[in-house]
Amino acid sequence: MRILRSLHALLASLCAACVLVLVAPFASVTSPAQAEEVVLGLSHDRVAITANFDGSEILIFGAVKRETPIPTTAPLEVIVTVSGPKEPVIVRRKDRSMGIWVNTASVSVDSAPSFYAVATSAPFGAVLRDTEDLRHKISIRRAIRSVGSTLQGAQDFSNALMRIREEKGFYSLQENAVTLDEQTLFRTALQMPADLIEGEYETRIFLTRAGRVVSRYETVIQVNKVGLERFLYNLSQDQPPLYGLLALVIAALSGWGAAALFQMLRNS
Amino acid sequence: MNIYLPIAEVSVNAFLVLGLGGMVGVLSGMFGVGGGFLLTPLLFFIGIPPAVAVATGANQIVASSVSGVLAHLRRRSVDLKMGVVLQVGGMIGAVLGIAIFNYLKSLGQVDLFVTLCYVVFLGIVGGLMFIESVNALRKSRRGTPPKRKQRGWVHSLPFKMRFRTSGLYISILPPVAVGLFVGMLTAIMGVGGGFIMVPAMIYLLGMPTKVVVGTSLFQIITVTAATTMMHAITNQTVDIVLAVLLLVGGVVGAQFGTRIGMRLKAEQLRILLALLVLLVCAKLALDLLLEPSEIYSLSPVRVTK
Repeated sequence: MRILRSLHALLASLCAACVLVLVAPFASVTSPAQAEEVVLGLSHDRVAITANFDGSEILIFGAVKRETPIPTTAPLEVIVTVSGPKEPVIVRRKDRSMGIWVNTASVSVDSAPSFYAVATSAPFGAVLRDTEDLRHKISIRRAIRSVGSTLQGAQDFSNALMRIREEKGFYSLQENAVTLDEQTLFRTALQMPADLIEGEYETRIFLTRAGRVVSRYETVIQVNKVGLERFLYNLSQDQPPLYGLLALVIAALSGWGAAALFQMLRNS
Repeated sequence: MNIYLPIAEVSVNAFLVLGLGGMVGVLSGMFGVGGGFLLTPLLFFIGIPPAVAVATGANQIVASSVSGVLAHLRRRSVDLKMGVVLQVGGMIGAVLGIAIFNYLKSLGQVDLFVTLCYVVFLGIVGGLMFIESVNALRKSRRGTPPKRKQRGWVHSLPFKMRFRTSGLYISILPPVAVGLFVGMLTAIMGVGGGFIMVPAMIYLLGMPTKVVVGTSLFQIITVTAATTMMHAITNQTVDIVLAVLLLVGGVVGAQFGTRIGMRLKAEQLRILLALLVLLVCAKLALDLLLEPSEIYSLSPVRVTK
């Protein structure tokens, strides 16, 4: 908490400085549509998956940099999204067939993030209009892309995808989870589960007013296996025969070791 | 303490996995079975992806079989020649099994097929074993000696070969067929197949009981090793970290199991094992018959780099 507070103070002064500095010289750089910009900080921009990796909390904080006085038209709202690597997912449905439950129908979702979290500074409906959501693909529903599914009721399948991943904590919408001070400083803490897939986690910050996106900012959080995890994973992918042999040698040695050890114990 | 499994890409509680390995080890020590038929479903249950559970299960069985076969070699209760014949069949079966497994995976029916295999084989083997051991228990109470095994059609097939350790002169076709069948099951179900191999050796091939377990273990090593390699090469689904955790638990558990097993009578032991097999079978069958709480399932298509 203390770190947070000092960060907060630091950012406040930083922001004040920005506002001062930006009044004159940088006015031409930013387009009128982007009168408000994001200055972002992350508690860490790398997540290392070690052998005892148990999930991670990432602190996302930042400030709004602006050249003009705070507009009074509508309050500023902030949306933060973090998206794991996108991959196709096959969603299957079971039906009863000859007395047992069998996968009968399937829909292939073209692209769905393995992890997706949305945090907002107010209820989702209040911070973003549907048309803007469609454009920027912010809500969980929009983040999943499923085109060309001809099967009737394909919607049920993508709903199921969302429901299952929400239940497991891979997808989440956290309304009111972004704290916003003076329409300038914002921060949110994001919980990442232990079962992470490695890759680039695209992090986006949207500033909205009256449901319209006035500014967006993107960065990447790298999630990587490190150490032994990295070594074993790479080996299994690059040198499958060697990896298989290693697995067998370990198995044979431990089997032999166990037999020898207990033989010794029995004899003594 | 949680451990992140590099291949399964899930985080599991290390003590839970050690405990599972230990529990299965106790049972395998007690009953002289590999325990794969219990381990693989349990791995499904704690959230390991089925493909990883099957492949890693096979790797784990290599270790417990090596440990077991060394003990049997010292007691000279392994028919090496018969083992090799079974292995030839087993290899062919494993290749076929992997092909079937990968084909069904592409259809999305692999989970169903694996579960069905479990229900059918556990049901048959558990049922037969239960009936047989109840009968044996009754007979041993009455005091009548068990009936001598009859020589049936198995002994009239061509390509005969002499197996000295087993004291048999039979065609190599039945052992190759048994090996092939069990090899296929190993690849598909992630089990050693001892629970099918042992009854098949006793009742079908007529091998003496004292060499059955050792020979079965000997052949299981080769087939599970081949399966591990094939899964590692075609699917990259063998998780060494998971295997090591299971191994440690299993090795320790097996020693306790052996102690417990020595205090029970053979018939009682067989009835207990039969009940256990039937219990697992019933649980899996119920899962197929009852409406699942979630009728949808996801299978992400991981793009491997």
